[in-house]
Amino acid sequence: MANMSLKKNEMPSQDPKIRKDNFLEVALGYSEEQAVDEAKRCLNCKTKPCIEGCPVRIYIPEFIQKVAERDFEGAYQIISVSSSLPAVCGRVCPQETQCEQKCIRGKKGEPVAIGRLERFVADWHNQHGKTEVVKPKQNGHKVAIIGSGPAGLTCAGDLAKKGYDVTVFEALHEPGGVLVYGIPEFRLPNAIVQKEIDSLKALGVKIETNMVIGKVLSIDELMDMGFEAIFIGTGAGLPRFMGIPGENLKGVYSANEFLTRVNLMKAYQKDSTTPIYRAKKVAVVGGGNVAMDAARCALRLGADKVYIVYRRSEAELPARVEEVEHAKEEGVIFKLLTNPVEILPDENNFVAGIKCVEMELGEPDSSGRRRPVAKENSEFIIDVDCVIMAIGTSPNPLIKATTKGLETEKWGGIIADETGKTSRPGVYAGGDAVTGAATVILAMGAGKNAAAAIDEEIKKKYSKNQLIK
Amino acid sequence: MNKIIKKKNLNSQVTLMEIDAPEIARKAEPGQFIILRVNEDGERIPLTVADYDREKGTVTIIFQIVGATTMALNQLNEGDYIQDFAGPLGTPTNTENLKKVAVVGGGVGCAIAYPVAKKLHLKNCTVHSIIGFRNKELVILEDEFKAVSDRISVMTDDGSYGEKGLVTDALKKLIESGEQYDEVFAIGPLVMMKYVSKLTREYGIKTTVSMNPIMIDGTGMCGGCRLTVGGKTKFACVDGPDFDGHEVDFDEAIERSTMYREFEQQAREDHCRLFNGGVQK
Repeated sequence: MANMSLKKNEMPSQDPKIRKDNFLEVALGYSEEQAVDEAKRCLNCKTKPCIEGCPVRIYIPEFIQKVAERDFEGAYQIISVSSSLPAVCGRVCPQETQCEQKCIRGKKGEPVAIGRLERFVADWHNQHGKTEVVKPKQNGHKVAIIGSGPAGLTCAGDLAKKGYDVTVFEALHEPGGVLVYGIPEFRLPNAIVQKEIDSLKALGVKIETNMVIGKVLSIDELMDMGFEAIFIGTGAGLPRFMGIPGENLKGVYSANEFLTRVNLMKAYQKDSTTPIYRAKKVAVVGGGNVAMDAARCALRLGADKVYIVYRRSEAELPARVEEVEHAKEEGVIFKLLTNPVEILPDENNFVAGIKCVEMELGEPDSSGRRRPVAKENSEFIIDVDCVIMAIGTSPNPLIKATTKGLETEKWGGIIADETGKTSRPGVYAGGDAVTGAATVILAMGAGKNAAAAIDEEIKKKYSKNQLIK
Repeated sequence: MNKIIKKKNLNSQVTLMEIDAPEIARKAEPGQFIILRVNEDGERIPLTVADYDREKGTVTIIFQIVGATTMALNQLNEGDYIQDFAGPLGTPTNTENLKKVAVVGGGVGCAIAYPVAKKLHLKNCTVHSIIGFRNKELVILEDEFKAVSDRISVMTDDGSYGEKGLVTDALKKLIESGEQYDEVFAIGPLVMMKYVSKLTREYGIKTTVSMNPIMIDGTGMCGGCRLTVGGKTKFACVDGPDFDGHEVDFDEAIERSTMYREFEQQAREDHCRLFNGGVQK
């Protein structure tokens, strides 16, 4: 008998007053009982609209049925057919606009907590799972993946499962891309990412760190080395700035730099030697998930006051509602309809404040959102000693600059069709490098599509004159 | 992990290391840099490529012992390994179509200036080198510069070796004596590059400087290395590190370079205590 409660089982979480001072995970995860109870809310309906809402098309009702039957390992096996990173997705996917948005339970009451169940299953597997990963039979064809973020790892995982000889090239010293340098520990612990990467290695995926493709090796050289297809998943890593006076003062960070120092370079650890400016009053400019992450990291590093400065209103905040709620609970102050015009220096050229103007919403712009317009004579100063710019990123230009014949958009995105095919034969691309900054799961979807297309292309090539080895 | 093939102390503060890194050695050009991490918990620091041997597969770095990371690096010896070594990063120095140049190096900056001088010399360009140091004890790479220069001036601040004076004094003298340079390359402390650029602007001589700001990833991701060039924000790691010296806002760059001064001092003290057997705070 289905559980007809209109509400999801609540996610146990750390108390905001305590968690704002530590980097431990905020959400603690369901217990087995909670998971089984929540799983029973799924009606296992015929139409399965949730699967349509998932960019990597996980067999959602099937895995939930296994949870309801307490076969947690069975549930994990079903998820892992479609997703290479279940513990990651269960934590950072915006399920409210994807699978859960489509859930028919959501028509009356709350949808099934698919994300929380996915996380439960992945964590259960990581703790108790005993199924040994069997390295698939190798087909002898080499594929190179550039970038080890969500797009690259997904593409690598899918191809490895099909028997390809996959090498992932990562520019930094640690694989994971934005999952390790960007998303903070309290939202996605590094150990979780590491586990997922270890599973890929067990499948036979090779990962080479410190390899800046476009510099140490070009796409053409990789082709010469015998890679039959290449997937570019280099993300959108180039930070944008506003171009206002004072942006180069000491104490102004891009969110990328701030988060990289905190996460990848481990400034979050008490005994870390990574230099980071431990400000007391911080303004984070921007309203996306990255802005929320930066604000909440600043709190945890010891800031007394942290502001989110955003030029539109609350309704337009691009961050997930859950992240905004978490930030508010922890004490982040939202200065909405506020736009910075200048960052002010102290006598030593450190940040002494941020001058802003009040905004109001005018006519809708090209994005369909109402355009913010500055109110006259509304200037005011927020007293801060650090400013973090979280207003977006552009695709990294290193590959584009060194790859002849690879067509890109004016703003830097690589041009690719829905299967990831670019203007260069054998070269595929996906994720933020193609779309501009988006979500982990969309990047994973792109990696998955590209893996399927690469497999098809290589098979086609060999079926004509010889069988695939 | 990359092996240290050779280690040599050039003076009490500056060390040369030849690192086994065949893939980087195959591609490296003067003006480019690498990023390294000494150990698992280490910082990422950029160091400009001082030389490379494509056949041996080695890259030479020369560093001044200034902070915790360079102190830790200097503790390593031949045969030891460096945790991470990535590159070559940045845009190579443009050495095309030059007939006669002045290469100005200051202090450890000479390590970066040397491969530029060498490459220009190999392209049959006339090279006048001016290398400056605080005193005799700190002079490095004099023989190397001599081998690739048509003319060389060694300057020391206190006159304990070569000529007494600043590199700008020597450069001004050469220009005043009628030497005509297609371009001047100035690589050294920010203040030195600022004044060389100021001088050459008066004479209208194109000047290239090599910026070495604080950076983390070296691939355009963090934006920490940003500087203002010709009124526009540029990233030293991908747009540089070479820039037109007449366009760089040196005063801002000098300010930005002091962002972590207190932090570095603390780290240095902690590190010294660690290696002197003292107790860390």
